[in-house]
Amino acid sequence: MPILYPTKTPMPALDAIERRSLWDEVAVGYTVERALAEARRCIQCQDPLCEQGCPVGVPIRDFIRRVALEDFSGAAELIRTRNVLPAICGRVCPVEHQCEAQCSVLARLEPVGIGRLERFVADWERAHPHDGAAPATRQRAQKIAIVGSGPAGLTAASDLAQLGYQVTVFEALHAIGGVLRYGIPEFRLPKAIVDEDVERLRALGVAFETNVIIGKTVTIDELLGELGYAAVFVGTGAGSPKFMSIPGENLKGVYSANEYLTRVNLMRAYSFPDYDTPVQRPTRAAVIGAGDTAMDAARVSIRLGAEEAHVVYRRTRAEMGARAEDYQRAVEEGAIFDWLTLPKRFVGDGDGRVCGMECVRMELGEPDESGRPRPVPIEGSEFVLECNLAVIALGTNPNPLVPRTTSGLETDAHGCVVTDPETGATSRKGVYAGGDIATGAATVILAMGAGRRAAGAIHEYLQGGQR
Amino acid sequence: MALILEKHELTPVTWLFVVDAPLVASHAQPGQFVIVRVDPHGERVPISITNFDREAGTITLVVQQVGKTSGLICALVEGDELLDLAGPLGLPAPLPETGHAILVGGGFGAGAVYPIARELRLRGVEVTAIVGARSADLLILRDLLEPMSDHYLACTDDGSVGYHGFTAALLGELLAEDGARFTHCYAIGPMPMMRAVAETTRPYGLKTMVSLDPIMLDGTGMCGACRISIGGETKFACVDGPFFDAHQVDFNEAVVRSKMYVDEERLALELVTGR
Repeated sequence: MPILYPTKTPMPALDAIERRSLWDEVAVGYTVERALAEARRCIQCQDPLCEQGCPVGVPIRDFIRRVALEDFSGAAELIRTRNVLPAICGRVCPVEHQCEAQCSVLARLEPVGIGRLERFVADWERAHPHDGAAPATRQRAQKIAIVGSGPAGLTAASDLAQLGYQVTVFEALHAIGGVLRYGIPEFRLPKAIVDEDVERLRALGVAFETNVIIGKTVTIDELLGELGYAAVFVGTGAGSPKFMSIPGENLKGVYSANEYLTRVNLMRAYSFPDYDTPVQRPTRAAVIGAGDTAMDAARVSIRLGAEEAHVVYRRTRAEMGARAEDYQRAVEEGAIFDWLTLPKRFVGDGDGRVCGMECVRMELGEPDESGRPRPVPIEGSEFVLECNLAVIALGTNPNPLVPRTTSGLETDAHGCVVTDPETGATSRKGVYAGGDIATGAATVILAMGAGRRAAGAIHEYLQGGQR
Repeated sequence: MALILEKHELTPVTWLFVVDAPLVASHAQPGQFVIVRVDPHGERVPISITNFDREAGTITLVVQQVGKTSGLICALVEGDELLDLAGPLGLPAPLPETGHAILVGGGFGAGAVYPIARELRLRGVEVTAIVGARSADLLILRDLLEPMSDHYLACTDDGSVGYHGFTAALLGELLAEDGARFTHCYAIGPMPMMRAVAETTRPYGLKTMVSLDPIMLDGTGMCGACRISIGGETKFACVDGPFFDAHQVDFNEAVVRSKMYVDEERLALELVTGR
């Protein structure tokens, strides 16, 4: 066995100081040399546990072997058998909790950089276009509606189109991609990549209808009725932002992360006035929460010119939800982390604009229901964090539009559509759901896994219907 | 894309558009709105649905030129297309089956009053409409609204037609005369007008609804830009509204929030007009 490097081959990145004012992608991607070096760190396990950690079942070991053998197109082909959005997943998957968490070398060394290799292969494929995508040779007459064009919907659409179904994706916004479009910033996921993946789906024969709000413009009852769709997949995501219900939350300059990121990512407010949608440019920003979205909001604030971007979290770094890599990037870019800090109220100036946030310091107490130490306020530790922009990044609730307007669709106490986790089947015949609308806010790859399973179940359902 | 089938000048700064939008028309209810975008670099703006014709598959929008985007819309002509049109959004206005409703429309808000009047009329509810404008030449849609009203009352700030004064003042006089005959009030127009209406009806306990149009982004409940305080509780105008109990609305906060981007709006307009 060759001697393995103990650490992952480093990912080249833009300079941390320079990129504070750039929207370009931060992680530049592996060169061929680096990809080969990393691929050769894989010990090619007989029983590749990493693959069990992948919600869509990418043949990880085999694609890495192809990379090591410099057969990049072969590697791409292998990935594509299971993952229709590899360039996206290679960038945004929380690999440390998925495939890489299962890597056999992890006991002694850093795991193999599976995410980085997936991205390398996907980018290599993008740079070497070929006529890969074409409509399925066997076309089926049945129409299938996909509601929402985020990762769950795109994956289901791709699988069903490849099976020959007539697939139409309905999107409420004017652009395709869901959270990939409005939520994840350009510097982490260039929108050109989302565009390319959408084009690939079009080549497969998938139709896209933007500006159609299912539940408003058309209902699911109508899709399954007079519009003649044989099945519907609901992937409408967890679109409804949570607020804290603390005083001053409606001051000018207090944003939900969804609003802040949508202005910047979907509407390109960072290019105002070249683009018409404005966003407030902070000098001191406070971001509440410590998940991926909070990291994005802090890094967006830095790029919009904030001299200080604070991330305020009531627990500690050990409990934060963000991907390690994004946390690291935020630290490099100068984000300030205020752990064990809980906002109590927003302070406004005479003009109704936020100028500060009163916070209280916390300490860790006994474990709570989640098993994590419960943060407890330290009496008398209140202080005001000066800020002229605050972003609430505490997560989202399921989008209620479809459940409210679809008869016979059961939801749980959180507003999530109740599904069979194996198939995505809902309480309504012919209606399947997956992604954040079924699970609450989670990750791109879990949503893709759910889209994949539902596509399989829809196929089975429609085949059964023919017998 | 949505094709503009007709365009009519209502005032030198207000235009009426009839737009081909069969799915929106077939699902629209009185009180709902659409989100429109007209330029690849453009913003998403909410516009009330003034009329919908399910058979023709059209909707009618009234747009007043106030900023850059409304200016871009008003510059479009018949045969042009709206780049993006999404809707119908928001909840239908909660309307009674019986009684006597008094509708107050100010400025181009008169456009949004029309579908309310039409529906109430259809239900057999008595309709009194008060429509206000600065002067006679700015009073819009009288030809549409008057036939849908049992009593149509125009108001102008300069007295050039109808009642000389603000709509809320006339409303106050009607209520003082015989307030008990009215069962519902709906007010749509500039924020100060809706606020004045709310204060006028409050002492009479007359159930009053206003249609709020705060700054919006997606219009589908995803961002919370349009949040407003109703009786101390935060609501999203796009999915919980746009109609709210006028006596519960925190108008102070709503006015402050509506001015979030005044500087940016001025800059965007200056860059277009060169002023």
